[in-house]
Amino acid sequence: MTLEVSDLQVYYRTLRGDVRALDGPTFGLADGEIMGLAGESGSGKSTLSKSLIRLDGRMRYIGGSVTLDGDEVPIWDDQAMNEFRYKRISLIPQYAMSAMNPTRKIGKMIAELLESRGVRFRDTRDELHRRLELVGLQRDVLDRYPLELSGGMKQRTVMVISTLLNPSLLIADEVTSALDVSTQRAVAETLVEFRDRRFVKSMIVVTHDISLVYQIADTIMVMYAGRLAEKASAKTIIEMPKHPYTKMLLDSLPEVGVKYEDKRLSGIPGSPPGLLKPPQGCRFRDRCPLADKQCLEQPPFVEVERDHHVACWKAE
Amino acid sequence: MLKFDRVTKVYKVGAFGGGSFTAVREASFEVRPGEVVSLIGESGSGKSTLGKMALRIASVSSGTITCDGTDVSTLRGHRRLKEYYRKVQGVFQDPFSSYNPVFKADRVFAMIRSEYHPGVSDAEWRDKVADALKVVRLDPDQVLGKYPHQLSGGQLQRMLLARALLLDIDYLVADEVISMLDASTRIDVLNLLADLKARGMGILFVTHDLALGNYISDQTVILHRGEIVERGVTSKVFADPRHPYTKKLFASVPQFHKKWDEVEAELRAREAADTSSQPYHLAEGQAVPSELVEVTEGHYVQPFHPRAAV
Ligand SMILES: Nc1ncnc2c1ncn2[C@@H]1O[C@H](COP(=O)(O)OP(=O)(O)OP(=O)(O)O)[C@@H](O)[C@H]1O
Ligand SMILES: Nc1ncnc2c1ncn2[C@@H]1O[C@H](COP(=O)(O)OP(=O)(O)O)[C@@H](O)[C@H]1O
Ligand code: SF4
Ligand SMILES: [Mg+2]
Ligand SMILES: [Mg+2]
Repeated sequence: MTLEVSDLQVYYRTLRGDVRALDGPTFGLADGEIMGLAGESGSGKSTLSKSLIRLDGRMRYIGGSVTLDGDEVPIWDDQAMNEFRYKRISLIPQYAMSAMNPTRKIGKMIAELLESRGVRFRDTRDELHRRLELVGLQRDVLDRYPLELSGGMKQRTVMVISTLLNPSLLIADEVTSALDVSTQRAVAETLVEFRDRRFVKSMIVVTHDISLVYQIADTIMVMYAGRLAEKASAKTIIEMPKHPYTKMLLDSLPEVGVKYEDKRLSGIPGSPPGLLKPPQGCRFRDRCPLADKQCLEQPPFVEVERDHHVACWKAE
Repeated sequence: MLKFDRVTKVYKVGAFGGGSFTAVREASFEVRPGEVVSLIGESGSGKSTLGKMALRIASVSSGTITCDGTDVSTLRGHRRLKEYYRKVQGVFQDPFSSYNPVFKADRVFAMIRSEYHPGVSDAEWRDKVADALKVVRLDPDQVLGKYPHQLSGGQLQRMLLARALLLDIDYLVADEVISMLDASTRIDVLNLLADLKARGMGILFVTHDLALGNYISDQTVILHRGEIVERGVTSKVFADPRHPYTKKLFASVPQFHKKWDEVEAELRAREAADTSSQPYHLAEGQAVPSELVEVTEGHYVQPFHPRAAV
């Protein structure tokens, strides 16, 4: 196991109380596994991603544990996390492309990043050049400003930088969302290639786009309102999902060929619960067509079939 | 009808405007009332430029855009422009950019009132706003009186659509309005656009998501590096794409039940088997014309060199 997360709880502190954004997920990531992480906006995907790197000022560690390659990851200890950040766990944040400093040349930015991590730029330069070439970029991108690169080029550059030190875990948060389909595909395939070449051991790919993640992921995990709903192989999630939320999420996606006149798709009625005072029991309760009295109690996230975990009382 | 006739846009670039860049070249197509036209292409292909020209945010370098017969570049003066914007409006990718964070989000409604409906009473206006919000399926209690940062992207996006409804517009330019939304909200906004179309609105739907384009549109326009390479009835373009660029684009769409490699292998096999010669195939050395050729009724393709790489 590359990553093991157990009952992790991270809340946001606000004036009105704690927002229970990440409330006890337990899951593992095998060596070499690419896991897609899906769920509506606000379900806690980014909170999970950020927790494994750095808790920002408003985030509060409540409980649970994380281990990477058998070592405990002290996410509550900002100092101690320096051992892990970037070197062993690397995050490509949502909106990383727009966050690139427009006044710095790419090469300068990389040098600064490496130096801030105690790595000499000179020692990694050859490898950097090799990898840029591998993803189809000329080394002269290092002398260019972010504005001069297309979205796809920027995203590939960010991918190379993030994995330069061969971390065990790469978390890619919505790295393809802003791109057009052919560029999306190139970026997604680059992620797979990085895994195959062992630049990274395992990956969490956060996305709204389940059909895209299905193309590249080994497994897919679905979150709902700060908790896990379902995790299984990508094929199982698409073909035989068991959680009502997963099913409804899949039904709301148009596939190519579906037309409005022939089949009007429906979104999921209602909206996710507020996490300041989340409802008792199953958090999907007030939107779930199968809900009954039993659902007033929180369903455990259990393995219903080999490598297929679901949190629902009605998942047979 | 919103009609683009051989529209070209040349941007000045570089220091002192010394250089130039052609963002759109000789584009011709039309958006009819009650029709959704998807404008599909990769980033930088000129989609937003076309939308901006229709909204008069960018000028037309050559060619004409007419709205119900009036050349939009001849519109001058506050009164005529105001009339125009009562008919044509745009909604853009980043809903946050259309709001001023200092003011409450519903200020976008108040501005419409003072500009276009100054005589309406408070009570009547409240009802109008409530109706418009109902159409976009927003609860007035949840969205009115709040600041932009207190609302989600989907909510802000739908408020902009409600604003367009208050104007009772005829044409809408929807530029990547759903890329920022998640799957279940996307479908809500798409269905809303389809309802507006049913009420007679003509919509130019700019997107890079082919599945979504196919879902709601009647006509499809494929743009590549500023030129229209294929266009026509959506079902025909999707069922039987002819231009190599369109084919490549379609092969990149992620699908369930089929991996990219399979799709591409099928495409290659079909290409290899097809040795037919077509009226839209160019001979070696022949220049690519900007006029499109009709493939079947209502389906047009830009002539191309059959064995050239895209
Ligand atoms: N800094 C913040 N302070 C207060 N609330 C926040 C902050 N950042 C996000 N939120 C809240 O989080 C909710 C949605 O989270 P966020 O905006 O991070 O999701 P998102 O980016 O839309 O989701 P996705 O990444 O899936 O698109 C919103 O209701 C928003 O109010
Ligand atoms: N800074 C914050 N302060 C308070 N609540 C927050 C903050 N950031 C996120 N949240 C809340 O945490 C939950 C998870 O958010 P996030 O991790 O951004 O989810 P996702 O990425 O899936 O949209 C949401 O309910 C959101 O409202
Ligand atoms: S536990 Fe109950 S409410 Fe929750 S998803 Fe299952 S059936 Fe629905
Ligand atoms: Mg997020
Ligand atoms: Mg654009």
